Amino acid sequence: MTAGLEIRNLYKSFGGLKVAQDINLDLKSGDRKALIGPNGAGKTTFANLITGILHPDSGSVRLNGVDISGFKESKRVKAGVAKTFQITTLFKSMTVRENIRLPILEREGKSQHWFGRAERFSAIEAEISKILAQFNLLKFEETPVRDLAYGQQRLVELALTLALKPRILILDEPAAGVPSADSHMITDALERLPDDLSVLIIEHDMKLVFKVASKIVVLVNGAILTEGTPEDISQNQQVRDLYLGAQHEH
Amino acid sequence: MEADIIRHKPAKRLGGIFSRRILLDICLISAAIAFFFIFPNNLGFMTRVLVMIIMVLSLDLVLGYAGVATLGHAALFGSGAYAAGIFAVYISANPLLGLVVGALAGAIIAFFSGLILMRATGLTLLMLSIAVAQVLFELVNSERDLTGGSDGLLGIDMDPVLGLYAFDFYGKTGYWYALAVLVVVFILLRVFVASPFGLVARGIHASPERMRAIGTPVYWRLITIYTLAGGIAGIGGAVSAQVTELVSLESLGFNLSAEAMIMLILGGIGRLYGAIFGTVIFMTVHHFAASVDPFNWLFVIGILVLLVVYVVPEGVLGLPEKLRKHLGMAK
Ligand SMILES: Nc1ncnc2c1ncn2[C@@H]1O[C@H](COP(=O)(O)OP(=O)(O)OP(=O)(O)O)[C@@H](O)[C@H]1O
Ligand SMILES: [Mg+2]
Repeated sequence: MTAGLEIRNLYKSFGGLKVAQDINLDLKSGDRKALIGPNGAGKTTFANLITGILHPDSGSVRLNGVDISGFKESKRVKAGVAKTFQITTLFKSMTVRENIRLPILEREGKSQHWFGRAERFSAIEAEISKILAQFNLLKFEETPVRDLAYGQQRLVELALTLALKPRILILDEPAAGVPSADSHMITDALERLPDDLSVLIIEHDMKLVFKVASKIVVLVNGAILTEGTPEDISQNQQVRDLYLGAQHEH
Repeated sequence: MEADIIRHKPAKRLGGIFSRRILLDICLISAAIAFFFIFPNNLGFMTRVLVMIIMVLSLDLVLGYAGVATLGHAALFGSGAYAAGIFAVYISANPLLGLVVGALAGAIIAFFSGLILMRATGLTLLMLSIAVAQVLFELVNSERDLTGGSDGLLGIDMDPVLGLYAFDFYGKTGYWYALAVLVVVFILLRVFVASPFGLVARGIHASPERMRAIGTPVYWRLITIYTLAGGIAGIGGAVSAQVTELVSLESLGFNLSAEAMIMLILGGIGRLYGAIFGTVIFMTVHHFAASVDPFNWLFVIGILVLLVVYVVPEGVLGLPEKLRKHLGMAK
């Protein structure tokens, strides 16, 4: 049995558009990998193929030796694969506290109780408080998420996903849209992720990538161009050309 | 260490809201009791209001809490009504057994139609839910021998409730019976919406994508919620069959589904009290406007709905909050 995630020969097309072409990737326990590439390269699609939001045309996704390609999204989450969304996807009308309560109830198999108040489990409530404190969100616990600043919403997105206690965490542009004055909140949070968690971070901000990742994978037109250490990648001429080109679009 | 310091403190406002709710509950129950004595000649109408509240509460669970818009809720209500009616005619006229049969019928129809409906969203779902009710309507219409077809199901003669209280010509027993069932349903729903599963329903409403991403099989949760709502609507239908000792095809009709939706929007979706106020307002306006002008009463309802949608989209229950905000700004 291999610990971690093993992705082999993944293919996916949307009609004629090939968004994943023979992608192979390993993510071992504690790995910190970044996935970079220009807009439309297929990064989000790749993440969705791993979490089960999308299903590949062919290829396999194995988690700790078990083929999870056929699993539905909810089952993959239970198996330990979680992701944050590029576009914040939260329970906007609910309080921050409720946003964290839901994933923990689900994780603990308590989400189907019909009787008794949702907030009656003291261990769960203590865990919520602990998570919120870690992310400096405790003072907003009773605030509806829609009333938070965007940077804080990104933190809730991260806190909510970590509340699932995943083994594999995929972060789809965690700092996207966050004003630069607030981006340190995200960076701080990412630097404090648990050591044994395997992380795949999709990100355009190279400073953030260099801070968090020890390996970088470059995806172009749905195929992996190269994989290497941050030093390798920053010196790779092909990648530099690509990124200078892409930078102009922003 | 951190965990020791940070203990969960329950929201302070909770106590206030809680006691205010109980106050409102007491007011509503008192009003329901008072109306019995103040309007002894309108018991039939008031009983219909109570039955309709059960139906609209059920719709609120699906539309207001889980955020699933359907236009075929009469399918569930009517199934309960016909099942309870047929059960009373052919098997047993015990009212409480009839309630169980009505609840089961509504739940079963909801479960099986839900298998199809809960895969759909938006307009497709609206159309499919109308179709389900229409299919049942035609089925009941064609099975004349069992259902009475377009003449309605006749020959129901209920036993006394608990062997003690016979249904009387004036509808006194019927009123208390419907009120008692409504109170029980309301309490059950109140417990449900505050439970973890209630939070799941709201979560699906707020973001189905996020629910799936935290590992919730959204489709099956929706089917469970729809089945529960079916049981409740079925109970409403059963009460209606029992107190009027008649089931007509209208109980499966599109009008009923549409009116239930309007009542809920009037009162405010996603809050149980909205179902109560919306239904009372709609049916009272209907009752009086229709007696003044039987042909144009819908005009009044139409204006009312327009007003609500434009002025307080949250429904009548949103009014106090809105007023408070306005007054706060004026200061
Ligand atoms: N559901 C879909 N149906 C059809 N085409 C899609 C779908 N989702 C994405 N695409 C297309 O697939 C390509 C890859 O999209 P994807 O979102 O994976 O890119 P990305 O690398 O995440 O880009 P970005 O950096 O802008 O987030 C794009 O051309 C996109 O338009
Ligand atoms: Mg993307």
